[in-house]
Amino acid sequence: MVTGKGGTGKTTVAAALALALAEEGKRTLLVEVEGRQGIAQLFETEALPYEERKIAVGPGGGEVYALAVDAEKALLDYLQMFYKLGGAGRALKRLGAIDFATTIAPGVRDVLLTGKVCEAVRRRTRAGGFVYDAVVMDAPPTGRITRFLGVNDQVAGLARVGPIHNQAQAVMRVLKSSETAVHLVTLLEEMPVQETVDGVAELRATGLPVGGVFVNMTRPAVLDRAAVRAAEESRTEIAKALSRAGLGGARRGGRAEQLIGPLLRQTHEHAERLALEGELRSEIAGLELPAYELELLAEGADLPGVYLLAGELREQLREQGVAR
Amino acid sequence: MTARTAEAGSAQAQSRTQAHGQAPGLGTLPVLDVDALIDDPGTRIVVCCGAGGVGKTTTAAALGVRAAERGRKVVVLTIDPARRLAQSMGLTELDNTPRRVEGVDGAPGGELHAMMLDMKRTFDEIVEAHTDPERARAILENPFYQSLSAGFAGTQEYMAMEKLGQLRAGDEWDLIIVDTPPSRSALDFLDAPKRLGSFLDGRFIRLLTAPAKAGGRAGMRFMNLGVSGLSVFTGLLNKLLGTGLLRDMQTFVAAMDTMFGGFRTRADATYRLLQAPGTAFLVVAAPERDALREAAYFVERLAADRMPLAGLVLNRMHGSEAAHLSAERALAAAENLEEEGIVDLPEDSPSSPATAERLAAGMLRLHAERMHVLARERRTRDRFAALHPEVPVAEVAALPGDVHDLEGLRAIGGRLAEQPGVEPA
Repeated sequence: MVTGKGGTGKTTVAAALALALAEEGKRTLLVEVEGRQGIAQLFETEALPYEERKIAVGPGGGEVYALAVDAEKALLDYLQMFYKLGGAGRALKRLGAIDFATTIAPGVRDVLLTGKVCEAVRRRTRAGGFVYDAVVMDAPPTGRITRFLGVNDQVAGLARVGPIHNQAQAVMRVLKSSETAVHLVTLLEEMPVQETVDGVAELRATGLPVGGVFVNMTRPAVLDRAAVRAAEESRTEIAKALSRAGLGGARRGGRAEQLIGPLLRQTHEHAERLALEGELRSEIAGLELPAYELELLAEGADLPGVYLLAGELREQLREQGVAR
Repeated sequence: MTARTAEAGSAQAQSRTQAHGQAPGLGTLPVLDVDALIDDPGTRIVVCCGAGGVGKTTTAAALGVRAAERGRKVVVLTIDPARRLAQSMGLTELDNTPRRVEGVDGAPGGELHAMMLDMKRTFDEIVEAHTDPERARAILENPFYQSLSAGFAGTQEYMAMEKLGQLRAGDEWDLIIVDTPPSRSALDFLDAPKRLGSFLDGRFIRLLTAPAKAGGRAGMRFMNLGVSGLSVFTGLLNKLLGTGLLRDMQTFVAAMDTMFGGFRTRADATYRLLQAPGTAFLVVAAPERDALREAAYFVERLAADRMPLAGLVLNRMHGSEAAHLSAERALAAAENLEEEGIVDLPEDSPSSPATAERLAAGMLRLHAERMHVLARERRTRDRFAALHPEVPVAEVAALPGDVHDLEGLRAIGGRLAEQPGVEPA
């Protein structure tokens, strides 16, 4: 499960993770549940139907499949699977029962979405092995994740007997088992880190297994506060250096000298951000979770970028002993 | 926090100077005049919408502070804001009544109030206001109701609309600023009334209520199901849901029956209110591909629903006072300096001794990075503008850190209002 505050690059990280885990001879499934078609956009394919299809080959040589879960179709599927209700499903739809169940009835939607993912996790081949070696879900954002994953507990409490009760409990067993890990994506910014810390506390309180923290879009440190102080004290020398590098005259009013002010202000902003990032990094370290860092993609999160991140992740996962 | 404030001030001065030197390409685009919008007594509701993580709540709060300090009586309705931002407006907990925000300059006669939506409380209040006490208690104690109101998908959107309707109906405010919920799909709050309507019009709800009502038979005839059809249906539901849940649902629906009409009427009224001339939608985005793609979707969706769009707020735009120095030249110069001065020092290590060459090279590298960011942001913005040349845009320069006090919100408000080509009012 990959969650994170909006804007932190959840979908990109989930995709990179699915690619990274697709080692030679393995197969992973990348799932989205919010109907945004984020996977299709990222992989530059047409909109994904409610059907598992191969979308990529991982850098390790394995296959990546993708699925956009649709609550309504999942419900009809489910009715068909358990009750052989082909025609009756359509009748229920005409009555508005399917709409009711998937949009208004509390929790049913989330039960169906998590249920479908658990089904994919447990599905086996004829030979008896798992169909997917890993299932990666681009999950709802941190603010909703605990409620989303915990919905089956709620529903099992509401529907105290019957198949829904049983189904909800079965899903909850998978979600709370050591087979599941909820990863949190964050940026080195205050609000996303705060949400990550809160999210981890909530997940832990609910008994959901927390995986790692993925620090996304990191940028290299160039000059720190001490360097800024040093630079402020040696404006003349720096102006001369700029001039030697061909950027104009170093004298007062010269082009190189005029650059000093603007460049220093930008450097100051950079150094302040570094200091803040340092504090945020130690806050993340305080969570005592495996942490992964992914560099900012200069060209934004496009397909080559995702492969780049997958490569970075593969190395880091190996170092942490998560993958071979 | 003082340091941050001082920084925000200097950065603002900086953005002012940038405004003159920059804006190639944007000059031809319509510019969003935020002050004209919030000063207009005809503007009664401003709805901020956009993808998650683009600064929607901050924008709503900053607009609130600015409008209040320009003399209007404002209430900001926020939904699940970041805790520290809430604290900046003096909100410490979920609280369904607007609270006066202290520290706002009241000299021009304005006031700022703020409230954080409490979904469950709002739902409970509706129930209490529209039924007799006995029935209200039955509903509030129903387990099905308790789960529904505690915030499953959709409830937040209904309740945000409901609260907006209430605030507007009270006519106590000059201006209501709404920060929309971080929805699963972008405009859920627009769909909420329609979905509620189609559900209430649907036969399913009557089917659910039928067995609980004495006159169930009439309902059955209406649905052409016949007695056996109905019992098959409820039997199926029972099998699916478990007996207890179906009973809870039926009791709930029966108890709510008298209220549904009211829900519907109010939801429809709020929807029409959003289309009315006093409402202005602001789409908030950051200059990133995904956020602007979402913004484009909002713009199209608002047009399809005939909702009045005031413009696009583009947060976190970067600028540079040295924009005339290109990334390529800066990098080439940095390389020259590195070769010249620091061959024996490890590269890019902030702790190594500072020489003028090394410092200058670092500063140039940072500048090159800044220019790359700037170019990417402009490209992204221009792509949006090419698709939607009619949408007025206000750009807000990036702040070095998060905003969590009134001073920070004021600075953002200032940046929002100060756009190239807009005369200060």
